[in-house]
Amino acid sequence: MTKQDLEIVAANGLINRRHLLGLGLAGMGTVASTSLLGADAGLNLEIPGWSKQPGANASGYGSRSRFTDDMQRMSGNPNPLYPGGGASRSPLHQLQGSITPNSLHFERHHAGIPDIDPAQHKLVIHGLVRQPLVFSYEDLLRYPMVSKIYFLECSGNSGSLFGPNPADGSAQSLHGLVSGAEWTGIPLSTLLDEAGVDSDAQWINAVGADAASMGRSIPLNRAMDDVMLALFQNGEPVRPGQGYPMRLFVPGCEGNISVKWLTQIKLTREPTHFRDETSKYTDTQLDRKSQQFTFPMGIKSVITAPSGQMKLERQGIYQVTGIAWSGRGSIRRVEVSADGGRTWADAMIDSHQSEKALARFRIPWQWSGGDAVLQSRATDSQGNVQPTRTSLVTEKGNISTYHFHGIQSWAVNTAGDVANVYA
Amino acid sequence: MFTLKKLLSAAAVSASLATGLSAVVQAQSLGTPINESQLQGFDLIAQPDGSGYPAGSGTAMQGKAVFERRCVACHGMNGEGTNANTRLVGGDMQSEERPIRTVGSYWPHASTLFDYVQRAMPADAPKSLTSDEVYQVIAYVLHLNSIIEDSLVLNKETLMQVEMPNKDGFIDNSQAL
Repeated sequence: MTKQDLEIVAANGLINRRHLLGLGLAGMGTVASTSLLGADAGLNLEIPGWSKQPGANASGYGSRSRFTDDMQRMSGNPNPLYPGGGASRSPLHQLQGSITPNSLHFERHHAGIPDIDPAQHKLVIHGLVRQPLVFSYEDLLRYPMVSKIYFLECSGNSGSLFGPNPADGSAQSLHGLVSGAEWTGIPLSTLLDEAGVDSDAQWINAVGADAASMGRSIPLNRAMDDVMLALFQNGEPVRPGQGYPMRLFVPGCEGNISVKWLTQIKLTREPTHFRDETSKYTDTQLDRKSQQFTFPMGIKSVITAPSGQMKLERQGIYQVTGIAWSGRGSIRRVEVSADGGRTWADAMIDSHQSEKALARFRIPWQWSGGDAVLQSRATDSQGNVQPTRTSLVTEKGNISTYHFHGIQSWAVNTAGDVANVYA
Repeated sequence: MFTLKKLLSAAAVSASLATGLSAVVQAQSLGTPINESQLQGFDLIAQPDGSGYPAGSGTAMQGKAVFERRCVACHGMNGEGTNANTRLVGGDMQSEERPIRTVGSYWPHASTLFDYVQRAMPADAPKSLTSDEVYQVIAYVLHLNSIIEDSLVLNKETLMQVEMPNKDGFIDNSQAL
């Protein structure tokens, strides 16, 4: 294949996404290296040692290759004054597809991960209901369940991009508080209906069994819609870091309201105004009024490779790839720019797109050794278009740093170094 | 975890294995009835309307001792905090520069202070304060913010009457899609 065969569709080397199909661009490295490999007559392949002796036995519980142990979540330093607080971020730059392995799904805790015995755990539904009820874990496993693929994102994700100067960070450190999984559980409406919701109930108040007894208030109309009591994640019981034995799951909304280790749902006329819906997770505007209960996560995309702190070792063709998601629908379009947003080309999106789930996008890109600024811009099924960082910060200010969903810019310099910039 | 044997017995609860999903759904009513009185030691939710508060009371003068014993490691001797997240005092939402948001300047409801301290504080030993100590220590935090007098006896009734400086500073976005 020669460079002339490739249809350039936007400035600075973006190649028509159709070349991803059947042409084997992805993973082929570079045009230059292909010719180098062909010229290397000294490379003789031999049968490797692991092909000459039996391998390990099957195991009761699987583990990954020891050669991939560098793929780790990134967590902050423990704070002795705030035990159990903090977060761990998914290694977006190393992951592919649109499902995050459970061991690498991001976490955010407010008082650590409780060690809950499911036989002792209770879920109580009470307050403005006909009959308060308590459910055991074993009871709940007997209910009809549904499975749905959804993203989950902390509303503090990407918050540093509200700051006046671009942080030196990676896709993981800047944007790693988002993950995607298949969640299986019971529609919350099933359990609320069983308790019998009073006509004057307007809110549910959900409380976890962690040391902070973290609580959030959710409007009843939303709770009766697509909210789930999640018991399984990617087919296995929800892990302790995700709320074992059960969590609330509110699709498309800021992660904090999907209360983990769920133990109490109280129906009331008014919200509780918990600390995490007043002092935190509220958005102070430029006029100093603060938006409260800002649940949906905005239309967003991030290029995960090439991305911050990577280095392009040689010129040639790269697959630009990333993830896109919206709290208000499914992803319809992702455009990529290599010239800081002046020209755009449509990226390929995997076809099995569902509502409020991560979408993987890809587009080939020829890097010719010059300066480039890579950006991605997503559009959802409601017609929402991801805003530029400048327009988002101009509109929202930076008093609060929740719900950043502006366009990320990765600059590539002539040495091939990739860095977070404001462009 | 259920065993396969139990799963089969659960299925047998429905009228017939041959019935459709709706019949199975109707058969699943497995919650155990409970009374609100049985939840008094479990339900910590305290709302702005005065619901959910335990008996008890306290003053800021009493709370100073509790605060100095249990809170200062993170929140400082006078609520000045050890970082932006642990600062409890001061700030002004209308300040020229970026506003410092604290209990005094930002929190819209005094009830949140009770609810949060009762369920989550102190961070190294949550739920270890008595109800009296919670009233005392939040009275002290409110007094440090010049919101109440140090002699005010804070209890369920008086707490409901406390007006926070930023009570009108929030916009309810809960019905926006």
